[in-house]
Amino acid sequence: MGWVRRLRSTFSRTAGDFDEERRFHIDERTDEYVRNGMSREEARRAALKRFGNATLAKERTLDVDVFRWIEDLHRDTGYALRMLWRSPGFTVLAIVCLTLGIGANVAVFSWIEGILLRPYPLVVDQDRLFAVTGTNRGAPGHTDVSWPDWLDLQRASTLAEAFIGEKITGTTLSIGDRAERASGSMVSANYFDAIGVRPVLGRSFEPGEDSGRNAHPVTVISYEMWHDRFHGDPGVIGKTQVLSGLPHTIVGVAPKGFYGTFVGYAFQFWVPASMQSQFDAGVYKLEDRGARWIEGYVRLKPGVTIEQAQAEMSAIAARLEADYPETNRGRGVKLFPLWQTPFNNAGALLPTLAVALVVVLSVLLIACANVGNLLLVRAFARQQEMTIRLSVGAGRGRLVKQLMTEGLILSAIAAAGGLLVANWLRDALALLTPPRGGVVLRLPGELDWRVLAVSAGVCLGSTVLFGLVPAMLTSNIDLAGALRSESGGVIGGRSRASVRSTLVLVQVSLSFVLLVGAGLLIQSLQAVRNASPGFSTDGVLTTGVDLFTAGYDPQRAKNFQDELIDRLQALGGVESAALSRMTPFSYRNYSTAPIAVDGYDAPPDQQPAADYNEIGPGFLATMGIPLVSGREFTRADNERAPLVAVVDETMAAQFWRGVDPVGRRVQVKGRWMQIVGLARNARYRNLLETPKPFFYVALRQNFSATTALQLRTAQRPAALAPALVREIHALDANVAPSELITMREQVDRTTAAQRISVTILVVFGALALVLAAIGLYGVMASTVSQSSRELALRMALGAGASDLLGLVLSQGLALTAGGVVVGLVAALQVTRLLGYLLYKVSPRDPLAFASAFVVIAVASLVACFVPAWRAVRTDPLRALRG
Amino acid sequence: MLRRRHKKPDALQGTLDLLVLRTLRRGPHHGYGIAADIQSISDDILRVEEGSLYPALHRMEHLGWITAEWQTTANNRRARLYKLTRAGQKRLDEERAKWDQLTKAVGKVLRFA
Repeated sequence: MGWVRRLRSTFSRTAGDFDEERRFHIDERTDEYVRNGMSREEARRAALKRFGNATLAKERTLDVDVFRWIEDLHRDTGYALRMLWRSPGFTVLAIVCLTLGIGANVAVFSWIEGILLRPYPLVVDQDRLFAVTGTNRGAPGHTDVSWPDWLDLQRASTLAEAFIGEKITGTTLSIGDRAERASGSMVSANYFDAIGVRPVLGRSFEPGEDSGRNAHPVTVISYEMWHDRFHGDPGVIGKTQVLSGLPHTIVGVAPKGFYGTFVGYAFQFWVPASMQSQFDAGVYKLEDRGARWIEGYVRLKPGVTIEQAQAEMSAIAARLEADYPETNRGRGVKLFPLWQTPFNNAGALLPTLAVALVVVLSVLLIACANVGNLLLVRAFARQQEMTIRLSVGAGRGRLVKQLMTEGLILSAIAAAGGLLVANWLRDALALLTPPRGGVVLRLPGELDWRVLAVSAGVCLGSTVLFGLVPAMLTSNIDLAGALRSESGGVIGGRSRASVRSTLVLVQVSLSFVLLVGAGLLIQSLQAVRNASPGFSTDGVLTTGVDLFTAGYDPQRAKNFQDELIDRLQALGGVESAALSRMTPFSYRNYSTAPIAVDGYDAPPDQQPAADYNEIGPGFLATMGIPLVSGREFTRADNERAPLVAVVDETMAAQFWRGVDPVGRRVQVKGRWMQIVGLARNARYRNLLETPKPFFYVALRQNFSATTALQLRTAQRPAALAPALVREIHALDANVAPSELITMREQVDRTTAAQRISVTILVVFGALALVLAAIGLYGVMASTVSQSSRELALRMALGAGASDLLGLVLSQGLALTAGGVVVGLVAALQVTRLLGYLLYKVSPRDPLAFASAFVVIAVASLVACFVPAWRAVRTDPLRALRG
Repeated sequence: MLRRRHKKPDALQGTLDLLVLRTLRRGPHHGYGIAADIQSISDDILRVEEGSLYPALHRMEHLGWITAEWQTTANNRRARLYKLTRAGQKRLDEERAKWDQLTKAVGKVLRFA
């Protein structure tokens, strides 16, 4: 590979080279003087003297080198710019292809940086932050951690610098006469100090403020809230703000640009963990080792690996298990890198962004193949020029440098355009994500120096990809052969044609893979949309009624709830109405409790547990969840009646092995309950969850003043909302329901990841297809123009138009077929990576493969037909003479 | 075309170039060898300044008249060997023609005067 050496020598001429050259000269001269009879010592001195001022000579020599290098660069740049200017069609096409390719990449890098790698602006040392969750032996997934366990972990760990506990929460803020939801976080007292965020006003939380039941009603508010709600009042410190029904003293204002530590949402306030029960409808969990609710992060000491820390955490968890078997049997602790955090939107978006990364890299490859193809065509057209320059002694390295300069200019322009594209796309993910009431969505791309560095790398990499191939081919020019042929466009040559065909083959196969992926995801989204969550999504509306923060005691709340249901059921158009603590598919957690069943023995190191919902009379009927046997709760199942429960089929199968459990009993948190009904399985959190045992208890027997309200009605939310507010205000003008939406919308909000993936894949799949079609068109067009003589000859010998059309088309389609075969093999391997994004669709779904094939075939037919048509219309006489 | 940035070689520099190119026509050689050849062939009349030789060699290399390569000599030293290119050959012919013209012209004037 001669050109590599030449290229290197062009760039590596250094001062050291000259020194070595001079040393050789002086050694030789010394030898000469010694031969003439001088002593070695004398000879050397004389030789040095003879050489004269070494530094000056060196400087003059290096001046020549540096000056020349700059001049070359200057001339190459100028030359390249002129070449690009002279063929604007090529230049624009190349830059558009590369801009799209690089822009898509920068956008995805910036999302990965801003959402997964460094998601929390202003938080220091995010490299050493890891997410902390709990685990339950024998149960998949993660759990939260109890506050006593959290404190014990913190006390016992030697490898951790800080434990940063927090739990997302929400409140209603009254703004004039209108209520608005705001999201915030309950945090450990060290929160702001541990993440290195200083309030711009006031103070952060003080040690001890996270202990004592509701003992420290203080809050740090976000800069935005300070600005919007308090109009940037510098005297805001010391004022009070009602949060979750209790006045909190504002002690600090968070700095601008700090949004908390929860991927996806921007928080508006923070309260110490001591306020937990006020935000959890009065349920106090700070001293309950069995109540798992806190999440958060640990910052490890410098140099500590996640494996070491995990080993230590597991050891501490094992000690806690031994010390507190009642609550901690089977409970462990697991650390995750920040980008895999399971309890915020990082975990949900990780597969989507991974898919996006693969997709945009493929698009870039396709774009590079296109530009490479275009450069090749031009390089061959310029072969004569190159040959002449070579023959007059231009170094081949110089020619390579020249071509690379052209490529670099193209990709630098494209990279600048790509940055603009990425900047526009910064908030695209947030726009694709459905809004949730009261939550400020924040899924920003981050264009920091790391992203810029990676983008520059991509730019350089693609230049090498599309620039070096033509450069290598042209530097292999056969001088004599090229000079002998006199025709203008010296194209052809089997090796070059095959290089171009290979590029097209790669493009077609990559497009095929992307199209298959898009087809699979579209089908998956369709399947998700059609999937039954196990309850009615049409004709059921849901909203929230929070009496706890409105200051109701349980008795008043019970009366209010009963009256409200009566009033709503009397409304025209409302079939039924029911309350529950949770509405399905909420982002909040269900209650969870250890359970025991007669005749079921769990392995000794496991503690069976199940999630449950506290529901009012008529909930299952209102939601449309069918009963397999037994009954659901009625008003008679109140606090004076025996405790009752309804279990679902998964729970019945696991604990009663298929026998109808109605009439048996289950122990929940130590209380025995009579099972009165068996309900069909439903989905409880999202459409894709794996079925886990689930049951229902009576709201009246497990009271909560904070509830969701479900209405079965044929009316639209907008039509019913005024009547709902009227009925609630008739009972109490100070109580306002939260947003009223259909269950369909509630469900759709959980399928954001699928929809984002589908959008990304469809958009980029289409882009890839267009780029590949352009590539195929280019190759076919130049094939036709190369072989115009041959085609003319065939025509002259009697070949009909259809013969020629067939000839050209079959060549192009053979290329497509090759690409599809390669793509097919690749797709069979690659589509499995879509993993959980595929719902009820096999990664080898024949429909997706078939439609990808059809789309590719049509696109390549179109791309080949134009050149083929031109071939047919060739005038044989002119072609043969020309 | 872009303006050529380097100055037109003046007469003296042109002479050095001519001598170097001519010497290299006999085969690849290193800087010391070129200087030594010029000196011995001219019977010690022309002594090439090292301070001018190396800048000239590097300049001609960039102009594509000569190429350079590191090689090990017979006495096991690493030397930078310069070699005449096709373009250098052409240049040599041109310079030589010019030189012949010039000396012929100068000779005529001297004889006439």
